[in-house]
Amino acid sequence: MNMRALYFVAFKSILKKEITRFTRIWVQTLVPPAISMTLYFLIFGNLVGKRIGEMGGVSYMEFIAPGLIMMSVITSSYSNVASSFFSAKFQRNLEELMVAPVPHYVMIAGYVGGGVVRGLLVGVIVTAVALFFVDFSLYNLPLVLLTVLITSILFSLAGLINAVFAKSFDDISIIPTFVLTPLTYLGGVFYSLSLLPPFWQGVSTLNPVVYMINTFRYGFLGIADISVPFSVAVMVAFCMGFWFVAYYLISRGIGLRS
Amino acid sequence: MENIEYALVLEEVKKTYKGGVEAVKGISLKVRQGDFYALLGPNGAGKSTTIGIISSLVQKTSGQVSVFNHDLDSELDRAKLCIGLVPQEFNFNQFETVLQIVMNQAGYYGVAKTEALIRAEKYLCQLDLWEKRNSPARALSGGMKRRLMIARALMHQPQLLILDEPTAGVDIELRRSMWTFLTELNAQGVTIILTTHYLEEAEMLCRNIGIIDKGELVENTTMKSLLSRLDLETFILDLGENRTEAPEISGFPMRLTAPHTLEINVEKDQSINQVFALLSQQNIDVLSMRNKANRLEELFVRLVEKAKGKKS
Repeated sequence: MNMRALYFVAFKSILKKEITRFTRIWVQTLVPPAISMTLYFLIFGNLVGKRIGEMGGVSYMEFIAPGLIMMSVITSSYSNVASSFFSAKFQRNLEELMVAPVPHYVMIAGYVGGGVVRGLLVGVIVTAVALFFVDFSLYNLPLVLLTVLITSILFSLAGLINAVFAKSFDDISIIPTFVLTPLTYLGGVFYSLSLLPPFWQGVSTLNPVVYMINTFRYGFLGIADISVPFSVAVMVAFCMGFWFVAYYLISRGIGLRS
Repeated sequence: MENIEYALVLEEVKKTYKGGVEAVKGISLKVRQGDFYALLGPNGAGKSTTIGIISSLVQKTSGQVSVFNHDLDSELDRAKLCIGLVPQEFNFNQFETVLQIVMNQAGYYGVAKTEALIRAEKYLCQLDLWEKRNSPARALSGGMKRRLMIARALMHQPQLLILDEPTAGVDIELRRSMWTFLTELNAQGVTIILTTHYLEEAEMLCRNIGIIDKGELVENTTMKSLLSRLDLETFILDLGENRTEAPEISGFPMRLTAPHTLEINVEKDQSINQVFALLSQQNIDVLSMRNKANRLEELFVRLVEKAKGKKS
């Protein structure tokens, strides 16, 4: 048997299973980001934003829209893989995959693929919601697509790593609550980094989410706080780092094999 | 390793868990292609760990495992392709439908969708689950879930099927139908390794047997030769009339366990016909007769107790 063909069929099977899983519970996976983004646009964009005026040379609503889209993509990609992989581990149906001739990279790619598809789908939904509130200009479409793709891959990998270590369902909600949300809120969704004092600007550069929102916003509006090529390089570096960590954990069977 | 004729070869396989518990202490074992092999042992003996090592769910500490001549260390995926595993506990996604579960499994082994559908229909029909193909797994009865695990394990048509207590908690009618199914599967050339606590099941189905106790293989032989070692059998006789005491027959120790039930020990070189003849001489009618325990069960208990005696 051609093992490469086998691996490709296995990858498609994992991906299809993952997509089927989140679309089966679409009310829990696809609708909430649309509702919360509507509220963000109404409250921060419309009500508060009118009093703020312009930021970075554009209306406040326009300024926050890319960050809000990115926030949904991050959360959806992360939680999709974290909950799916942990459930599979918890219910022991991950053993189906572990006894099958599926290389670790295929397993990771399948789960991450599911997270990416959900992240992108949520991104499209939230963008559609945003269009009710703000007219988008699109400065650099390829950059927008590249950024959203790398971001969803990165946070899908992060979700996978979280699920590998998680021992209970509480463990997969701790990271989003105590790490992901603060990083996203402090990642420049609602403000320009130039508003911060120099010290906090420096601290912000340690936050990987800053680079994603910065690049994504540049793709839409053509305005950036940090160099775009540097931001892309940081994102790719984080992505590769997370991939190696995920691969190491899965291949060593940490949290999976006795 | 050149082991063309062997489905499975274990050489000095050891597993020591963190904390120092030695679950498997250097097991060496060969299972021939086409065999129906029973792997027995008391709870905690190391059977499931051994199966876990073969199916790569458990990382061995040392030793070598090869499946159809594919070494687990150097040709893991090729070895995995040969194995179908039916684990002890239900480990499928309870929210997926029966069809989704078997189709996914086929996909993990590289079976294309059209072929997978054909196989799904074949195995789900054979195991009487086709009508339930669109039901979520959580809605199935315990027996159906057991059969689903077997159907799932067969989707890639493995050459070696490992069944870890496949009939646990299954009613006798279903158990018998599963025996028939497994016997047919073995007749088609699939090598089967079975662990079970129902020893009559092992005696009925398996040709060869290994007994693991405390992580060691204490017995590895043919079922026939193992059973031939049974030097004493206990029979229960149902009598035609009630009695107050057991009859006395020289050479055959007997005891009355109920007014109409007699228990008698017969040694390997004694004839049961002799017992009937002697009872008839005393005008004692025997209505029926049965073994007190399954023959394999008696041997198993003795072997395990002997091993315990050695340790102490």
